[in-house]
This record gives sequence, structure tokens and C-alpha cells, in this order.
Amino acid sequence: MLASDKSSLRRTPLHGLHVARGGKMVPFAGYEMPVQFPAGVLKEHLHTRSAAGLFDVSHMGQLALRAKSGKVEDAALALERLVPQDMVAVAPGRQRYAQFTNSDGGILDDLMVANFGDHLFLVVNAACKAEDEAHLRAHLSDTCIIDSLPDRALIALQGPKAESALAKLCADVTTMRFMDTGPRKVAGFDCFVSRSGYTGEDGFEISVPAEQAEALVALLLDNPDVLPIGLGARDSLRLEAGLCLYGHDLDTTTTPVEGALEWSVQKSRRSGGARAGGFPGAEKILSQFEKGASRRRVGLRAQGRAPVREGALLFADTASTDDIGKVTSGGFGPSLNAPVAMGYLPTALAADGTQIFAEVRGQRLPLQVAAMPFVPNTYKR
Amino acid sequence: MTTLFTSDHEWLRIEGDVATIGVTDYAQSQLGDVVFVELPKVGRALKKAEAAAVVESVKAASDVYAPISGEVIEVNEALAAEPALVNSDAGGKAWFFKLKIADKSELGGLMDEAAYKAHTA
Repeated sequence: MLASDKSSLRRTPLHGLHVARGGKMVPFAGYEMPVQFPAGVLKEHLHTRSAAGLFDVSHMGQLALRAKSGKVEDAALALERLVPQDMVAVAPGRQRYAQFTNSDGGILDDLMVANFGDHLFLVVNAACKAEDEAHLRAHLSDTCIIDSLPDRALIALQGPKAESALAKLCADVTTMRFMDTGPRKVAGFDCFVSRSGYTGEDGFEISVPAEQAEALVALLLDNPDVLPIGLGARDSLRLEAGLCLYGHDLDTTTTPVEGALEWSVQKSRRSGGARAGGFPGAEKILSQFEKGASRRRVGLRAQGRAPVREGALLFADTASTDDIGKVTSGGFGPSLNAPVAMGYLPTALAADGTQIFAEVRGQRLPLQVAAMPFVPNTYKR
Repeated sequence: MTTLFTSDHEWLRIEGDVATIGVTDYAQSQLGDVVFVELPKVGRALKKAEAAAVVESVKAASDVYAPISGEVIEVNEALAAEPALVNSDAGGKAWFFKLKIADKSELGGLMDEAAYKAHTA
């Protein structure tokens, strides 16, 4: 990329720290982000699974959604007009995974929604954050006030040593369980802490005022258990955990049912539920709940060691000329020491154990449909 | 014995009419941790600049091109079992394949070590 292009990229409040730590900076979703540090993707990945990894995810969008009535229930009800999830049932101090859908049932973005007692706190993908904010304003401004929070950084601390590392700066985190969330003082800074993440490991996501981000991260990195982790290992960790990457595994052409995200749509929003439907694309999505969808996101394991990467076409056998699906994320899983992938297949071929083939450099490599997560998660439920 | 280099970060060790080919230490440092290597079949006739092998890190796949034309006479099977050799000994144990050189005049376009060092500086 040309130097002049790089100057148009945005930087997170932790940019200086990444460069000082030897981060290899690359363009990502309009930001200059570290793809890896000197340890390298493989060691960063394994360190996160055995100790603790620290990720800068400040490029993601943070938003506050408040009802004009002042009642968080009204904000939750309003948000239910845009997502197929039960937002009313999210208790204060808890958060839930959700998707913004479009009128065709496709996914505009996926997000986390936290109940902070008097308002909702949303975390959305970096590449979608401007559209998401506009979407919220266009549809919810009648009853809600939407504030983006660009002056906050977001970091993730993930892995079996994340709790002990964060507890040194905020003793209270040891009592949190998976998907608990809320304002906490961390090292004296006004943070929002949630026990969640994108690696399959126990861990935390910490929203911190931008001007205090570097100080907080420096304190966390003082702990020898904690290493900075780049986007490369973030991707291999989430892939092993079977977690979707928006724009790859999910997009406007995939529905929550096709994306194997039925678990994320609560009964109250499905046919017969207390608040069934009422979100964009409800007709299609609820019909797929009843009749099934023609294709489905699946996990894929290879028999050999050759990674099968995003874009590889899938075939029912070694001879057929018509593809049956496509790999949407794929690479090498360092913890499994084997290739891992996910992609879409016809529902009839989506059962675990089904053998299919991926075309890689002109060869058909055998793959098996496999249950996800590929690496068991270690959430503190 | 002479060692030559390409601008695509491959090295060639020339012994008589045989060239042993691998990727440079600079290349492995850019690739990161290598997890998979695909080698050409013995007997394959490679044309200069043709994709001959593939080296994959956790994140990405990269082609290794034939720096010169020739027939593949031997491949390094050890790399299939231990791809990380590329990171630990790119210029030595991690050779990829040996070619019977088809046209020695093609060597003329390659760099010596000093020129390659300047290229990666």
C-alpha cells in the first residue's frame, strides 16, 4: 500500500504502544492495526490459550442507547424492532449477542448488547459502525437517544490468566460470570467491564476512556502472564472457537438460521412467542425456523495438513463440476495443530461427519463436517 | 559452489548442473510461523517463474516460483513432516527442491549475495 494511503487510516489510542512493542501495522477496517507482534501469530495464539493475551479492539464501535422515557425497558423494546433477539429479558448487568437484520432476513451486522441499568450499551463491528449508527438513528430516534462513544478505547484480555491479571487492578471481577457486564473502576479508571470475548477463552472486554487506555494497558502488560496479541492470532483464536467474523461468515445474504445462530434467537421472538416477529426479515427468518433453510454454516476439518482458506469452493465429490458451497473462513488452528475452516453447505450435507471436498490449487482435498467449537470453550458460566 | 538469489526471496545453490532451491531467511521472517509446505512432484518439468511450491503460515499462503527452468530431481520430504524447519533453518535444512538446470544462461539474471542484501536492505 502506498504511504499516502496509509495517512488516511485512523489510529486507535494504543497506536504508539503497538509501534513501541514492535507491532507489524496493517490497514484493517479503516484503521492501522497490529497484525502481529514480534512473538508471531503462532506463539501469540498459544500464549492466549495458556496464559493471557491482550487485544486492542478500539476500532470497534461503542454506542449508548437511551430511551427518551428514561426506562431501559423502552430502549430494549425499541431495539427489538431491529434485532430478532429478546432484549427485554437482558437483566441489568448482563449482555447478549444480537444481529441487525434486513428486510430479506440477511444480517447487517452482529453486535453485543449490554443492559447498564438505565440504558443499553452496544458494541458493533468496526467496518459497520457508521452504518449501524445511521440505522439506529433512522429507526429509533422517535423514542431513543443514540450516542456514539468515539472517545472510548476497547481492549480484550483473554485466557486462563486473564482473571488473575485483571483482579490485580479490579478485585471485583472475580465474582463476574460469563456475559456479566457493567461499569467498574479498573486501576481507578472509569471502565465498562464485561466477562466475554472472541477467543473461546474465559476473559474480559474493557471499555476505557481513550486518554487512559495507554496507562491501563501498560499496567496489564507489566504482568509477565500478559502479552499483546495482533489481529492474526485474534482470527485463528476465534476460528478455533467457531465464532463468526462478520463480512465473511455472516453478511447481508445469510440469515441467522442459515448462519447456525438459532441459539441466539430466543423463543419469545419466534412464532408463538410473547413478542414474535416485529424485526426486519421476520417473515423469512421465522419461516426458516419452521421449515429449515436450504443451506447452513458448518465447521470443516481437513484430513491432511493443507489449510483450506476463505473462498475455496466445496464439492460433493472429486469429479463433479458444480460446487455446492464455499469456505467463508479457513486457516491453520495452532491449538489443534491442524487446518480448520467454516463455510456454507446444502442442509442435506451439513450433518457432522459428512465428507465433502474443497478445491485447493486445482486439487480436491477431503474435508469432514465437524462440530464447533473446534476447541472447547472455557467460559466461567 | 555458488549461491544466487531472486527478487522473490529464493536462494539457489549451484553444484554442477544441479540447483538446490529454498526460501531466504528474510522470506521466512516475513511469512511468520510456517505450518504447511507443498512441494512439486519429482520428475516435473518446471518453467522459469512457474509456481513450483507453496508455503503457508497460520495466516496466509505464498507461492514459491521456479527461479530457473529445469526438471525436479529431488524434494525435501522432511519439510512435509516439519514445516517449522523453514523458520529455524531457511538457508540450510529447509531446502525445498533440486532442479536439473535446463539452461545455464538463465542464471545470469540472478543476484549474488551482496546484491540480494542490498535488495532487502
